[in-house]
Formats: sequence, structure tokens, C-alpha cells
Amino acid sequence: MAESKPRVKAPKTAKPGEVVTIKTLISHEMESGQRKDSKTGELIPRKIINRFEATFEGQEILTVDIDPAVSANPYFEFSAKVERSGTFKFKWVDDDGSVYETENAITVG
Amino acid sequence: MGRKALSLIAAAAFAIAAGAASADEDAELVVEGQEIVTKLESPEGNPLPVILSGWRFREDATQALQTDDFENPSFLEIDAARELWTKVEGKAGKSCADCHGDVEETMKGVRAHMPKWNEKAGEVWSLENYVNDCRVNRMEADAWTWEKNPMIGMTALIGLQSRGMPMEVDVSGPAEEWFERGKEMYYTRFGQLELACANCHEDHWGDMIRADHLSQGQVNGFPTYRLRNTKLVSLHDRFKGCIRDTRGETFSPGSAEFRALELYVAWRGQGLGIETPSVRQ
Repeated sequence: MAESKPRVKAPKTAKPGEVVTIKTLISHEMESGQRKDSKTGELIPRKIINRFEATFEGQEILTVDIDPAVSANPYFEFSAKVERSGTFKFKWVDDDGSVYETENAITVG
Repeated sequence: MGRKALSLIAAAAFAIAAGAASADEDAELVVEGQEIVTKLESPEGNPLPVILSGWRFREDATQALQTDDFENPSFLEIDAARELWTKVEGKAGKSCADCHGDVEETMKGVRAHMPKWNEKAGEVWSLENYVNDCRVNRMEADAWTWEKNPMIGMTALIGLQSRGMPMEVDVSGPAEEWFERGKEMYYTRFGQLELACANCHEDHWGDMIRADHLSQGQVNGFPTYRLRNTKLVSLHDRFKGCIRDTRGETFSPGSAEFRALELYVAWRGQGLGIETPSVRQ
């Protein structure tokens, strides 16, 4: 499996007070920890993205605790009301401690 | 009397159901703001009355997936291929980028002319042949399997650089013999069901084959993301699937037969915009 890579689609410009739609996706196998190796019969250790956070200039928009039932390549779509220009920051936390981050700037006016 | 009324109601109900399930054949395809030709008048010599991309035959929801690169699920595989583009592999210690530089610059238009005559090999080559030639002879790495990743992702990444350009294959000169072979295959009945490509895709495109809306079998969107496979599918894999469905023994992906067929079918859609990576049912 290739390394996890986040993708975000958010508008670059908006009017003050506009509600914008943000779509996020990260490539990840989301190994649930329930499956067994077909050859050895041993459990494949759990490895999932367990947390997702979206913030705007330090202000929380959306925080998600993710459990093993979520499928591979988790996708979140949500909306946010923007009053001023700034930067959206997105963060995914992996079971193995890796943190994947990305950000998108938006100009409001 | 009662029976007639009932059958009329049934007919009306069927019409509504069919209307809801079938695609919007008059819609225009715009991907990320770029218009792509999905319908054009048939040029002289083409057996089709009008040339239509397979996109026009799909349901609204499937059509919509292709208009947005974020929603289009193929981009996960394309992103993986983008990493491979710069990854050094093989004994020569080279990556694709060492010779070809930026994929977005150097691979522009490549897909639109595939498959094409290769003078050195004395054969018609598909894009996969060129990728493997580079891997084996220039990188001294292992060849990739045609119908699997990473080959499909890589051909999709290269194909993406030609998106929107018209399909333009050269069927003249030495390629003509291959073109004729492909044409013969297209009209040859295969398998226990004795079906030729033309029986469905020329005689009955636009009709329903049970729940499936038959397209013209155009190849301008390959590799294509098939929702039923939940992954990108290569053209030769689709050829194989079609022949298998006739209950016939199929040719192998990469075989001379399939490359000849690819050339002929590409010619049937000459001028259609490249849609790689398209989304189909």
C-alpha cells in the first residue's frame, strides 16, 4: 500500500458569511484488526486512522473519533461558515502514531 | 376491457421506470471546467451514424462522478502512480522522471495517438508496450503485468495528460494491416453465444440488454474506473471480459489480437475527446 495521502477540496474564495462545502479524503487501508491472514491464520494487527480534525485559524470545525468499522480511504464532507480570510487545517492521526496534515487557504471578500 | 386497461397501465409504468434508469444522452461532459467532446458527427467511412462516448449512456449519478476529479475514485490509483513516476527502480538506477521529466509536460498528447506503429518492433504498440519497454530496456527493471496495478495506474496517469484532446490514431502505412485484422475481429462471431463485437455495439447500441444500456463500445475513456470492480480497469481486460461473456476462449491482454482490435476500435471513435480516467458502471 502506498503511503497515505490526504486530498482536500475546498473553495479558494467565498463571500463573508457564506457556507462553504469541504470534502476530504485520505488514502488508507483501514485494517480493522478483525481479519486473519489467509495463509498463517494469524490476526492482522489493527491499523486505522483513529482521529480526524478540521480547524479554521485555530477554531474547531469538526473532530471525529474513528472506529474500525469505517471503510478504506475515509471520506468526510462537511460545511463551514466563513466570515474572514484564513486557513483551513486538516489533520489525520494514524494508529501507528503518524500524523498526516494538509491546509487550504481561503480568501473572503 | 379490464385487461387492456391493465396492460396500458403496465406500459406507462414501464416507460416511467425506463426513463428514470436511462442516461441523459443529451448532456455535455465538462470535467473540472474543461469541455470534452462526447458526441460528433460520423466521418466518411465510419459505420456508425453518430459517434457517442460511453459517458452518454450512463446514469446521471455515474456521469456526475466523472465531472469532478475529487469524486472520481480513480485518482487514488493515479496519485500512487505519480509517486512511482519519480521512484528509482531497476539495475540502471533510473526512474521515469530521469528521462521524461515532468509527466504533465512530456506525456501530453501521448495517449491520444495510441495504439501506434512502432518501427523498431515492427508491430503496433499500445501504451503498455511503451511503458514496459522503458522498464525493461532503459530501467532494467521487471516488466509490469498489463491488467494489474501499477500498470493501470501508470497508463491512467499518462492518459490523464491527454484529457480533452481528440483521439487520433494513425491507421495508414504499415498499421493498415493491423487495422484490417482488428476490423475482421470486430465482425467475427466468438464463443458459444456466437456474438461479434458488432452485434451489440454496432447493431444495438442505445438498446437495453436486460439492465444494461448498451454503448457503442468506444475506448476514449480507458483505463476506466468501473464501479462494479471498484477499481481502474484496462482496455484489454475489458476486451477479455466481453469475449468471456460470449462464452469463448479469450485472447490475453497485450496479445497482438487485442492490439489490432484496440487500433480498429480507437479508429471508430476518432475525434472523441480523451476521458481518461472515465467512470462507468
